[in-house]
Amino acid sequence: MARIRLDGIAHSYAGKPESDRDYALKPLHHVWEQGQAYALLGPSGCGKTTLLNIISGLVIPSEGHLYFDDVDVTQLPTEKRNIAQVFQFPVIYDTMTVAQNLAFPLKNRRMDKALIDKRVSEIAQMLDLNRDLNRRARGLTADAKQKISLGRGLVRADVSAVLFDEPLTVIDPALKWELRSKLKSVHRALNLLMIYVTHDQIEALTFADKVVVMNDGRAVQIGTPAELFERPDHTFVGYFIGSPGMNLLPASVAGTRARVEGGEIQLGAAYPALPSGKRVQIGVRPDYAVLTTGAGLPVKVKRIADLGRKRLAYVSLGGQPLVTSVPPDMGSIGEDAKVAFDAKHTLVYADDIRVEGTAS
Amino acid sequence: MTLVLDHVGLTEAGVPVISDVTLSLDPGTLNVLLGPTLAGKTTLMRLMAGLERPTTGRILASGRDVTKLSVRRRSVAMVYQQFVNYPSLTVFENIASPLRVAGVGQSEIDSRVAEAARLLRLDNLLQRLPAQLSGGQQQRTAIARALVKRAELVLLDEPLANLDYKLREELREELPRIFAQSGAILVYATTEPTEALLLGGTVMTLREGRITQVGPTALVYRQPANIDAARVFSDPPLNELAIKKSGPLIALASGRTLPAIGALANLADGDYLMGCRADAVAVNNSDPARLTFPGKVAVTEISGSESFVRVDVGTGVWVCLSEGVHTWEPGENVVVGLDVNRAFLFDAAGSLAVPPKMAQSA
Repeated sequence: MARIRLDGIAHSYAGKPESDRDYALKPLHHVWEQGQAYALLGPSGCGKTTLLNIISGLVIPSEGHLYFDDVDVTQLPTEKRNIAQVFQFPVIYDTMTVAQNLAFPLKNRRMDKALIDKRVSEIAQMLDLNRDLNRRARGLTADAKQKISLGRGLVRADVSAVLFDEPLTVIDPALKWELRSKLKSVHRALNLLMIYVTHDQIEALTFADKVVVMNDGRAVQIGTPAELFERPDHTFVGYFIGSPGMNLLPASVAGTRARVEGGEIQLGAAYPALPSGKRVQIGVRPDYAVLTTGAGLPVKVKRIADLGRKRLAYVSLGGQPLVTSVPPDMGSIGEDAKVAFDAKHTLVYADDIRVEGTAS
Repeated sequence: MTLVLDHVGLTEAGVPVISDVTLSLDPGTLNVLLGPTLAGKTTLMRLMAGLERPTTGRILASGRDVTKLSVRRRSVAMVYQQFVNYPSLTVFENIASPLRVAGVGQSEIDSRVAEAARLLRLDNLLQRLPAQLSGGQQQRTAIARALVKRAELVLLDEPLANLDYKLREELREELPRIFAQSGAILVYATTEPTEALLLGGTVMTLREGRITQVGPTALVYRQPANIDAARVFSDPPLNELAIKKSGPLIALASGRTLPAIGALANLADGDYLMGCRADAVAVNNSDPARLTFPGKVAVTEISGSESFVRVDVGTGVWVCLSEGVHTWEPGENVVVGLDVNRAFLFDAAGSLAVPPKMAQSA
């Protein structure tokens, strides 16, 4: 059990980096708290696996220091870090029984037999493996095998952290929720620091207390699922979380008003004068940009997508494409319509970074 | 071209794979083939293409019987889930390949490839090899090759399944528009109800080699004709409950009885299967217009703006939708409220007996 601290950790695979672009992982300060569940979320190539490998010791960072509690482990090999890892594909011994597989990490550390049995049965109970304890792993389904891998990762109570690398890849989509449920309850029960790498937003948001959204080697936001949705700190988070993502429109902002494509809208806060030369945009999620018969900016409706339980309108505002929601009770929609933005959820970005307003 | 499948069936080693499929597909239409894995989507597409011969029935192209006509002599293009490109050819030559085979002249090839590359935003990648492309770009190349052929029948077999969800969003937006201009019959196979709805057009729901319903996509979603169509068209899965209606009460298999409220009040006595999508069941909503069931939370799955709560209600695990980001913890005791006016009621034969009130008014 530990808290893990990243002190200016950065990595370049190509030796000495000359510019920002050469970093697979750009300098990062962060503390992973004991007992919390974190997800590293981002598209392929964003640096999330590099970061996980730095924590596990598979990659020694080219800059910065890594601390487990107060011990500098930056140069320590994986086996000296006291961590457990679960990978994309099951890593188990086919010839052993399920119980032997689960016991293996404990036996290796010469733990007392009675204690091993107790712990194995606890973990098996949590993962619903208790009926299969005496079966050989060979012949079990891929799902069951991956559950054993998860169990092996979780069986040691004294690890500094458990690291998961896309652990549900091989699981049948219809069964994924069961393992998500198991992982969530196991985390609540075990008080372990868990770090989970995935490119799947549902997986990250479901599993984690806090999600680290990564893009292009940078951690662009660390927040709760609600924060990532309601107040994305970076336009990338707005785009990546939510489907479809956040609308971004070029704008000029003065006080509590923004000018967008010739129209003016109200903002939920007052904004300081933004430095000239910065690219200013407003960001609003489709959930908070709504077609209306009342007051609003004029738009041209290109297409209505009827998703069954809700409708989305693909419109253009001036020259800008925009996705809006359609109120359930709105009747026929012609080519000309109006859109209203929810002021509280209309955010301001300068060079892709969210600008904090002051209460107006 | 209009493509007609007339009582088409296919049996492999004595096992029916496709059973009695009758369809008529018009030029310029988007047809979504929706069904779970192994429902027969790929086989049905291969029959349409002429890559398989049906064991029963006929296939007509503009009235002409083409059942026995080889795929080479039909006007068809197909895109698969796995990205299929020639690894040693550039993007340009990959896209141009069907035109080379057809003996089209160089200047015409140049202009058609340029046009397809522009529509699929591959203009700057034409001299690259497939190995130098991302997954999304590789699939764009395969799609451009299907487009450049100007086939009258274009079959897309789960074309976006191997892409990450953000790329999927973008391409899904573009694809129907790109092919709409070509006037081809577009058939698009998917396992995902949301994808089907986003595409629109006409949906054909498929289960175990049988078409269970055909109709405008959003309409079939709202009024599935039978339990099979409803199940195929529900993700997360349909919440199901067997009920027996008698007089003012409904009885559950557990022996519990509940008042026959709302849409259940006028229901004829008998056995029904009640089916509800996630948006018709809510956690801790005990509005008197809802039937309530005690349960225990298994997990809350969060998809950006919505939370799906899986609740064990004793007879199975139900999925409830909650707008916004919420977290009910595993093991938490909750009450699930089911809106009977948004439930489908299927009779003993599995046919829709009573559509939800909501669908009637919409």
